[in-house]
Parts: sequence; C-alpha cells; structure tokens
Amino acid sequence: MLQLAELTKKYNTGELALKGVTLEIPKGQVLALIGPSGAGKSTLIRCVNRLVQPTSGSVVLKGTELTKLSSSALRKARRRMGMIFQEYALVERLTVMENVLSGRLGYVGFWRSYFRKFPRADIQEAYRLLDRVGLKHMADKRADELSGGQRQRVGICRALIQNPDLLLVDEPTASLDPKTSRQIMRLIQELCSERGLTAIINIHDVFLAQMFSQRVVGLELGSVVYDGKPDGLTPEVLTRIYGEEDWSATIKSTDEDDDDEEEF
Amino acid sequence: MTDSSETGSYPSSWKKAPFIKNSFVRWLIIVGGAIYLAAALGTMNIDLERVKEGLPRAQRFLDSFFPPNFSDNRGVLWEGIAESIWMAIISTVAGIALSIPIGLGAARNLAPAWVYLFCRGVIAASRTFPEIILAIFAVKLFGFGPFAGFIALSLGTIGFYAKLLAEDIENSSASQAEAVKATGANWFQWINYSIQPQVMPRMIGLSIYRLDINFRESAVVGIVGGGGIGATLNTSFSRYEFDTAAAILIIIILIVMSMEYTSSFFRKWVQ
Repeated sequence: MLQLAELTKKYNTGELALKGVTLEIPKGQVLALIGPSGAGKSTLIRCVNRLVQPTSGSVVLKGTELTKLSSSALRKARRRMGMIFQEYALVERLTVMENVLSGRLGYVGFWRSYFRKFPRADIQEAYRLLDRVGLKHMADKRADELSGGQRQRVGICRALIQNPDLLLVDEPTASLDPKTSRQIMRLIQELCSERGLTAIINIHDVFLAQMFSQRVVGLELGSVVYDGKPDGLTPEVLTRIYGEEDWSATIKSTDEDDDDEEEF
Repeated sequence: MTDSSETGSYPSSWKKAPFIKNSFVRWLIIVGGAIYLAAALGTMNIDLERVKEGLPRAQRFLDSFFPPNFSDNRGVLWEGIAESIWMAIISTVAGIALSIPIGLGAARNLAPAWVYLFCRGVIAASRTFPEIILAIFAVKLFGFGPFAGFIALSLGTIGFYAKLLAEDIENSSASQAEAVKATGANWFQWINYSIQPQVMPRMIGLSIYRLDINFRESAVVGIVGGGGIGATLNTSFSRYEFDTAAAILIIIILIVMSMEYTSSFFRKWVQ
C-alpha cells in the first residue's frame, strides 16, 4: 500500500536527515516510528506528503509515485493523506467547524471554501466525526478555547474528513498529559481499525508505541535500526536506537495489556 | 573541576560581561560619541538673543489664534474637513487594496525570491518618499486638488501597510500553515484558511491607524496643493485669518483623538 525505497533527505544545511530508508507498509497496518529527537522521524513522514521534498528515493502510495508529481497532482494526492500534528496545528482563530472542514479544501473550489459554503455531505460528515470524538457541542467554539486533548481530537477529525487512505501522525501526544495521551492514541487506533486505515505514527514514548501499534520501526540518525513486533523491543534494541540507559522501567510487560475504560 | 568541595575556593564577586568586549573599542565609542554630540551642538549656533526676540513674536502669534473662529465666513471650513475625510477614506481603501498583493509577495515564507525582491523594492521606494514629496509629484502630474492628494496618500499607504502585513505574515505560525497545506488546499485556500485568520486582527487595527495617519497627512498634503483641509488651512494662514486657522487645528485634533479611541476599541474587539 505504501512503499518507501532508498528515501534520502539532505537539508540545505548539509544535514543528512534520512539515509536511504526502505519500508513497505501493508494496508491497515498501524506502524509506530520511534527514535531520539533528530533521528529523522518528522522528516520521514513529511517526505511522504512532500511537505519536505525528498532528495532522492521513491515514495509509492497505491501505485502512484509521489516524489515526481506536479504541484496540482500533488494536491490531489495530499487529499488522500491525512496528517495529525504535534501541538495540534489547528488554526486557532477559526472555529472548530472551520478547522474540521478545512480537511475538505482539496475537494471544493476556492469560492465555496471562501464563503464557507461546503457541500451538505461534508457538513454532515464533519458533525458525525465531531460526534464520534465527543465534540459535537463545540462546533462553533474557536479552536483556541479548547483544551489540549480536545484540540487534538479536532485535529483528528480534520485528517479523517479528508477520507484518507493513509494517516501521517507526528508526535500526537507530545504536549498531552499521560491519560489524555492514552485516550488520543486509543482513539487513533480505533479509528484506523474502523476504517481500515494505514498509519505511520511518530512517537517518542516507547510505552505508548508498544501499546497501540502492530509494528515498530526504530530510526537512529536517519537509518532504520529496528523493524519488528512491538514486544521485540528489548533493552538491547532500545540501546541500539537511543543509546545506553536503564530500560527496565520503560518496556511494557505482558500482564499490563488490559487498560482502563475509555472516557471523554 | 578542582577542589569544588571547599566554599572558600569559589569567587565571591561577579560582574556581567560588557556588551562590547574590547575595552579600547568600548571607550572609543563612548568618548567619540560624546565629542561628536558636543561638536554638533556647537555648530547649531544657538543664539540666545534671537530666542529672546522670538518669544514676544510667538506671544503675539498665539494671541491672534484666540478666540478660535468657527463661524466659517467663507463656507470653506466644513467643505475642507469633508474633503479631507473622504480623501483619507478612499486613499486608505485604495492603498490597502494595493498593499495586500504587495504584502503577500514581500513575505519571505510565501513568495519566491524574485517576487520577494520586487515587492520589497516597491515598499522601500514608497517608504523613501514622505507623503509631502509624493504629493508634490502628484500635484505636478495631475494638477491641484484632492485627486493629487488621494494619489499621494494611497502610495504612502503601501509603504506602511504592505511592510507591516509582510512582517506579520512572516511571524505567523508555520505549523498552522503547514497543516492547511497538507489537506491538499490550493494556494488561495491556503492563504484564506491559514494565513488570513492569523494576521486579520492586527491588519484591521492597522487599517484604522492608517486612516488616522492619512487624515492627518491630508492636512500636510493640502499645503502643497493636494486639496482637503490642508488647502483651507494654508489659505487662512496666508489671509492672516489666524482665528480660523486655530479652529481648523482644533477640529483636526478632535478628529484624530476620536480616531485614536475608535482604533483601540476595534483592536480589542477583533482580538
């Protein structure tokens, strides 16, 4: 479904952020990308939707090579890739509804979007998604009135209303408390399985990565140093990814699997 | 780390490092600056005799201002005010309309280098000439009257508004812009959904501020032939009708003050 081949990114500063990353991600897989700060996690997912232009290598989504697309074809391709951001990246002065509907911008013309006259089906879907994440009553609030966890749920709605094939998720829990982090991760996981979505989730919390993904890829200095099951993350593997540390308290043990009830 | 366990070995005095490290250069700047200021003051030729002679003249001059004459004998006062007001309004609207594309082009994070340099050039050119110089050009080109004033103030607005718009865009949040771009939005949608909401409150406040500036400038522009209240003011001075001139100045002050109040009210309201 998504193939990355020898993906390389060299920034103008000379920094080599990705060194020939090759990954194959099947449909419906939720993949956690872990690694220390500066390992290239953000660069990798931004190379997929070309918010960052890769230097070389290829990205193939459902048979379409993305790295060589013209700008209008790229806009079309971006519609099928929902992105969820660190610090939410909602447009703070717009309402929750406008933020969610902005996920449809690739599908409607300029004047329709300018006058906020979105198709009925889009509006219905926006309400349905907001209801799904428990924020229907907040539709007319301005985004900056919401709490962190609520904002991230709006961010999730904005990504999902694009009707994507692929979710690119960049540190979704970076500024959330542990409980909200778990709720957000569980929500993303559930929505992915409801819709059969493929997802790449950048996350630096190893525990969360193990809890909510089917596969973990460890990046270090732009190279893949681990690719396997979440429970294969042994202290040796973590040392390979992050460096020497006492890892005994970080790793999920098998008896902690069942978690508390979800609440919003 | 040597012997850090003994408190006696730590220094007990500390001074903030000077801004200019080289002490010779530092003193050169301080002493050189003082000498230059003293010399500059010396060349001014401050002649206390002349100041003394001027004071009674100033007294007579101010006396002839009072009482201000609002009677408007020749029927030009309110006409001039009205002309200045509409000149300020349409030159602000036209100036801002021209400033928006130039400001977008002058924001480094939106425009390619050649567009950026061109738009920055336009802004620099507009900022080089004060409104009064622009008005002299406009009067030469289009003749006396408010049209020349309108042209001068519109061009003056570009240097102010486009520059501040560009800077506000450059300071806007890159992650919000990135998020909207990632949805597949086209360029105009991207501006409308991610940049515009971020810069709008400040731009509305600045529009009203610029309206205020343009009204004040319309008095200056009128003196060189650009119409409006400045022309009326100039006429009343040259006819020695200082009481009418005083009335005009008071009206200008009142209008500017009310605009000041309105602009701060609007800025709070749009936050």
